Amino acid sequence: MTQYFNPFVIPFTVGVLLLFGICVFKWVRWVRQFDRLQRTLLRKNILSWKFIPAIWEVVFEVLFHRKVFKRSFVLGYMHTSIALGWFLLIVVGAIEASTAIAGSHPLWVPIFFKYFGKELPHFQGELFFNFLMDLLLCFVLSGLLLAMSKRIYSQVVGMKKATKHVLFDKFTMISLWLIFPLRLIAESVTANRYHNGGFLTQSLGELIRNIFPIVSQNAFWYFETTWWLFYSLALGIFFTAMPFSRYMHILTEPFLIYFRRLGIKEDNKPTGFTKFELSACSRCGICIDNCPLFKELNITDVQSVYLLREIRYKRLKEEIANNCLMCDRCVVDCPVGLELTKIRRQTRYKKELDTAGNYKYVDDIQPFNAIGRVAYYSGCMSHLTPGIAQAMYHIFEAAGQKYWHIDAEKTICCGRPLLQQGFEQQATDLRRKNTALIRESNATMLVTSCPICYQSFKKEYKLNIPVMHHTEYIDKCLKEKKISIEKQDLKVAYHDPCELGRGCGVYKAPRNVLKKAVKLVSLKNEKDKSLCCGFNLGNTAIEKEDQKKIRDAALQNLLRKKPDIIATACPMCKKALMHGVDNQVKDVAEIVSENLQK
Amino acid sequence: MIDFGYQINKGRTINLDVDRAPLKELEKVVPSFQSCIRCGSCTATCSAAQFTDFNIRKIHTKFSAGLHDELAEMLKPCMLCGKCTLVCPRGVNLRALVVNLRKILKEKEL
Ligand code: SF4
Ligand code: SF4
Ligand code: SF4
Ligand code: SF4
Repeated sequence: MTQYFNPFVIPFTVGVLLLFGICVFKWVRWVRQFDRLQRTLLRKNILSWKFIPAIWEVVFEVLFHRKVFKRSFVLGYMHTSIALGWFLLIVVGAIEASTAIAGSHPLWVPIFFKYFGKELPHFQGELFFNFLMDLLLCFVLSGLLLAMSKRIYSQVVGMKKATKHVLFDKFTMISLWLIFPLRLIAESVTANRYHNGGFLTQSLGELIRNIFPIVSQNAFWYFETTWWLFYSLALGIFFTAMPFSRYMHILTEPFLIYFRRLGIKEDNKPTGFTKFELSACSRCGICIDNCPLFKELNITDVQSVYLLREIRYKRLKEEIANNCLMCDRCVVDCPVGLELTKIRRQTRYKKELDTAGNYKYVDDIQPFNAIGRVAYYSGCMSHLTPGIAQAMYHIFEAAGQKYWHIDAEKTICCGRPLLQQGFEQQATDLRRKNTALIRESNATMLVTSCPICYQSFKKEYKLNIPVMHHTEYIDKCLKEKKISIEKQDLKVAYHDPCELGRGCGVYKAPRNVLKKAVKLVSLKNEKDKSLCCGFNLGNTAIEKEDQKKIRDAALQNLLRKKPDIIATACPMCKKALMHGVDNQVKDVAEIVSENLQK
Repeated sequence: MIDFGYQINKGRTINLDVDRAPLKELEKVVPSFQSCIRCGSCTATCSAAQFTDFNIRKIHTKFSAGLHDELAEMLKPCMLCGKCTLVCPRGVNLRALVVNLRKILKEKEL
């Protein structure tokens, strides 16, 4: 055994032990902080087949960074070369060590194999391993070079803005950066002496010696273990700092992926699962570039990456939590797939301000007998765009469908605007009333015009009837030939409302409908990449002037192909857009209603 | 005295010497409130006002006059639906106003 020991392995070994000790301690604590539902899901599914797709996903995301590649090839290469390259260095190193050494050897041997393997007898495939290990090291170093240049000029990897890191992250990052160059030097020095290097380490070893001819060979070799010690120190420091830094994501993300596969999700309150999510954020900063608050207002400290970091380090300021449109753009971009807006919502919880019984005034509203009818909920905002409800009346009548307009006169809000601001109890009170009204009416289906309400009814309510957005309903009527429309020779650009598109994944229905009525043009940013109109109720921190700037950017995207009409499917978006443009802005329902065939 | 059909009021004392700190604090987080002209569009469109005598203009006007009594309770019926914010001709961020007003009143125990 002593043959495989040298004091320089101590920093590395201590680092690894600390790393796993701390991680296991944290993970166990987090799992114990799961709430009841999350725990039940974990217990029920833990041994199911679901771990197979989870492994698949771990390989593709954690090692190959598939989603980062989709965003930008260079950025993907940067992440993959470091993650996959390092992983392979460890795996191939372990294979190399067990090929070369018959019998057991301590855990650190593969990490320092060039040193401990230098006097071993030749083994089969030695040259191949030397070559492969050097190639892998090249791979990692190339990624490292990109990472370093990203810090100086983020456009190298196609990013407008790189994350501003805290000092501790910078420190950990530098220790990570040092690992591989130090390994290269240590291996080169050893290779130079024992001729066991590959194309890179061998030639670099010669080079170093030729550069420093003054130092006699003996003295140079004397420093061999010093280089190995530096390498080991860099590893040890990195491993010890890792659980407290952003690099905790490397080990946490696989668990997160597994839990997600078991069906575990964020809850209204932060739980142990939230801790996994917080630590799985790599602070890559991909969520910054497309955030409208950054793009249009140049606000650079509220994006999800900073939100998560501040929560994790327990120093979140309210201004950060409040300043977000909840447009979900970052959720689409995040390569780890974190539930960013849900986490933000948790932080907005209003505690003692969130009182019960605020809405006693809705108590005596009586339900309507709507057997056989469709319940139509147009939403608060539609009272400022009555054309949408009128259009829906027209469509219902044309389809021969009896309906009950729940909020024709007085409107009880769906509760989502309250929920987004952290008033959970108050939102629950409103939901309870609306649920009772809808259930007791015995309506067959609920159709909403406002995507905010739609998302609320879909996800936050438990209704016993189908819920449809009016674009889906119209699409269905057209397919079932209950109504038909005349196609007009008009160019139309469609604006995806955040709550309908990214929020609920309804992209097809409005497009199906529009294609039958008009000529739909394609846009640069559309579907899940669409731009927020700026007036999303998620934000209370920015003022109208700023909202208008965000809206103007959305309009610019819509107007590029010079459409005759701008179409959307949300009263709020309609209101927001129409004040900033000369073109007509119409709801999909209005366009359909105007062109119904008798 | 001859009755001209009108009279001159006696001099009155109106206390404008109120605590301005809560208003200043609100204006810091909702600067747009400074441009409010008390037009009442917010109240006219308010969803909650369809059911009750909830009156958002009355509330914020009282608050800016330094009359804090019962405001915290009076604010509760708001559903944060956002109609008021959308119609306000002066671009006052009324939803932010409601949330922050409730917070300030709570913190200052008014
Ligand atoms: S939230 Fe997602 S996109 Fe943003 S820094 Fe974290 S991992 Fe990257
Ligand atoms: S939800 Fe939208 S506004 Fe909020 S941080 Fe993400 S991208 Fe920015
Ligand atoms: S609508 Fe706007 S300007 Fe008018 S009273 Fe209300 S807040 Fe003031
Ligand atoms: S947000 Fe509140 S004050 Fe404004 S219209 Fe809705 S209920 Fe009324």
